[in-house]
Amino acid sequence: MNHLGNFSLMAIFVLAAYAVAASLLGARKGRPGLVVSAERSILACAALSTAAVFSLVTLLFRSDFRFEYVANYSNRDLPTFYRIAALWAGNDGSLLFWSWLLIVFSAAAVLINRKQNRELMPYVVATLGVIILFFTYMNYWVCNPFEQLAVVTASGAHQVFAPADGRGLNPLLQHPIMVIHPPILYTGYVSFAIPFAFCVAALLSRQLGAEWITSTRRWTLFAWFFLGTGVILGGRWAYVELGWGGYWAWDPVENASLMPWLTATAYLHSVMIQERKGMLKVWNVSLVITTYLLCILGTYLTRSGIVSSVHAFAESDFAKIFLAFIIVAAAFCAWLVISRLPLLKSDNELDSLASRESSFLFNNLLFLAACFAVLWGTLFPVFSEAIQGERVSVGPPFFNKINVPIGLLLLFLTGVGPLLAWRKSSLDSLRRNFLWPAASGLVTGGVLLAFGMRHFYATVCYMLSVFVVATIVQEFHKGTVARRLHRGGNYLSALVDLTLVNTRRYGGYVVHLGMVLIFIGIAGSAFNVDRQADLLPGDSLSVGDYSVKLLRIEDGKTPNYDWVATVLEVRKNGELLGEYDPQKHFYRASEQPTSEVRRYSTFREDLYLVFSGMTEEDKATVQVYLNPLVRWVWIGGIVMFLGTIVIMVPNKRELKLVRQREAEARMREEKALRDEVA
Amino acid sequence: MPTKKLKFIAGTALILGSVLWLAISGFEEGKAYYQTVSELKSMGSRAEGVRLRVGGIVVPGSIVRREGAVEFQISQDNQILPVRYVGKGPLPDTLVDRAEALAEGHYRDGSFEASMVQAKCASKYEAAYGESSEAGPES
Repeated sequence: MNHLGNFSLMAIFVLAAYAVAASLLGARKGRPGLVVSAERSILACAALSTAAVFSLVTLLFRSDFRFEYVANYSNRDLPTFYRIAALWAGNDGSLLFWSWLLIVFSAAAVLINRKQNRELMPYVVATLGVIILFFTYMNYWVCNPFEQLAVVTASGAHQVFAPADGRGLNPLLQHPIMVIHPPILYTGYVSFAIPFAFCVAALLSRQLGAEWITSTRRWTLFAWFFLGTGVILGGRWAYVELGWGGYWAWDPVENASLMPWLTATAYLHSVMIQERKGMLKVWNVSLVITTYLLCILGTYLTRSGIVSSVHAFAESDFAKIFLAFIIVAAAFCAWLVISRLPLLKSDNELDSLASRESSFLFNNLLFLAACFAVLWGTLFPVFSEAIQGERVSVGPPFFNKINVPIGLLLLFLTGVGPLLAWRKSSLDSLRRNFLWPAASGLVTGGVLLAFGMRHFYATVCYMLSVFVVATIVQEFHKGTVARRLHRGGNYLSALVDLTLVNTRRYGGYVVHLGMVLIFIGIAGSAFNVDRQADLLPGDSLSVGDYSVKLLRIEDGKTPNYDWVATVLEVRKNGELLGEYDPQKHFYRASEQPTSEVRRYSTFREDLYLVFSGMTEEDKATVQVYLNPLVRWVWIGGIVMFLGTIVIMVPNKRELKLVRQREAEARMREEKALRDEVA
Repeated sequence: MPTKKLKFIAGTALILGSVLWLAISGFEEGKAYYQTVSELKSMGSRAEGVRLRVGGIVVPGSIVRREGAVEFQISQDNQILPVRYVGKGPLPDTLVDRAEALAEGHYRDGSFEASMVQAKCASKYEAAYGESSEAGPES
């Protein structure tokens, strides 16, 4: 099996090199045959890469502990479900999985573009080929997952050995979310390679018209969708599995996934200005490139261990080679953009501060500022050590202080932007559009103050949330009413029809709504309360309206782990809610404990119970968190997910345009034919 | 149209300026200096009153949970530092014997009072198999 894996990696390396050379040569010499052969070799790479992944998975399922990777990340008693997760539990395997995704998406891009973008494709294939070459090189020569465990015997020969059992999968990864979160997040990270390749191809071939923008926007949306979903699932996993009561800690690994999401979000907005007004071309090209470089940087940060983090893999040679790749790629892209500057001239100028364009511009500025702040904070230990020789870290206060106000400004723009007209909004239209939303926001603020809310940011956040929701409702309502006026029908069918006619616009509003819900959930954390106590059976503690009483302590064994549980009786205002048993598991193979939290979750708040351990005095240390509104973060995530699906549904209006254009082209051809005949 | 451009520049400058100001003030609140155990010991009184981050390996058997606090020791290059965790929230599950721990907090009279502790079991997951032992992994 390892031979199949290694052979596949070698063959991918050779074929990817061929794809780069053949596609570039084919484009230069005008030989489509060569380009097609390059594309086919990418397809062959996809088959080979699948074979390589298959062989590692087979080794994991066979518990073949002669292989270091298998021995390090699995054990005999590991449930089947989690053997798949072992594929991405360690650096070597996850890199293999990463390359596989990259190659499969490259193949998908090739297949989708067999008939279109023919002038861009050779360069797209060449760019993707170079990226594939790099990752395959790393996979085969630097961190090969098919290495065998060997000892040097007395005679100096290498002898392969297999330990009796493996070390097991990190128990923190033994959670259902951890089986889906990495593939989704990786899909996001990896698929940004496609828009990046289209962007580089457009720059290389100097074809900076509308085609590359269309392909790039669609792929960016796809990647953005997966990256965002991955980030939310990561937060969810941290919340239910790590047991510290929160979902976001500004950990370098979390930051790494947030940064490309921020720049991609900026791009998805600013690309609309380019599509409509032919502006911001340099900016958009730079955003696509920056997003991909941040994806690569994120991969590097996660794996190199350069910034200390609970997630980071150990340091290695890997780090140096990877860093070199990032630097070379960044330098190449910078050169490419600068050398093509004359081709990226703007077709238009900004007209007014009160316009859709300028709201998008400020939106972009804020997204970039947030991204830069996160990048700066994440890399600060590295910078400070390089410059001052002293390693200084910045903690969550730094990130929160910057990103909370930026987030609120963005929330404000979420409401304002869509209501502003392109070019210039008249005072009258401003008054008409903003009257109700602004009024409802202000009323919310008044009510909250009257009920005694004094937290500044949270109050502002709820006011803005109501404001934005009001603008979204108003937009849907106005559109629906206008549609009924023209076409009749009932309200609901007009609403659905309206959305389908312009999926980008109305799907976008749904995404905004999801984002608002996430903000509502996050702002709830301003009112988090927690208490910790060392309890003997019979003791209790109370948090808010809840009281928690320790009934008894239980323990037991499963094949995979031993467990201890504190059985807690939970009451709210004296009314019994039930028994909850937060546990501690001790995984035998990895000798590691994990906390299994228990939650009583409602739309209003989560009661989050953790059993953190036994004290010397044989008391159980129990931690109780009361987290208001957390559930809205997950609901917001689901709404964003659904909104993005709406956006991806082909637009009736767009379809109509395409058909129109096709019809026109046919008529022109026929006319040309007639002229020729005549 | 210089006034229009001026407006945009003013808006941009306002945003970037506030972000910068927030960054500087947030930085002062959140910064912590990384020190090794031996650096910390040689700092003497200079170490007091500054927010520090100290890393080391958890001394096997040193983790003691008492009422209200958890105590453990971390070692680096044969230097041992006692750490008292008084922060909110449970300690990470990864804080076990021989784990790589990172404690953030203040240094007082030879002992470290941590408000935040991170840990990873690098020793377990990334360590090479004992090259001399053919029996397989220790444990």
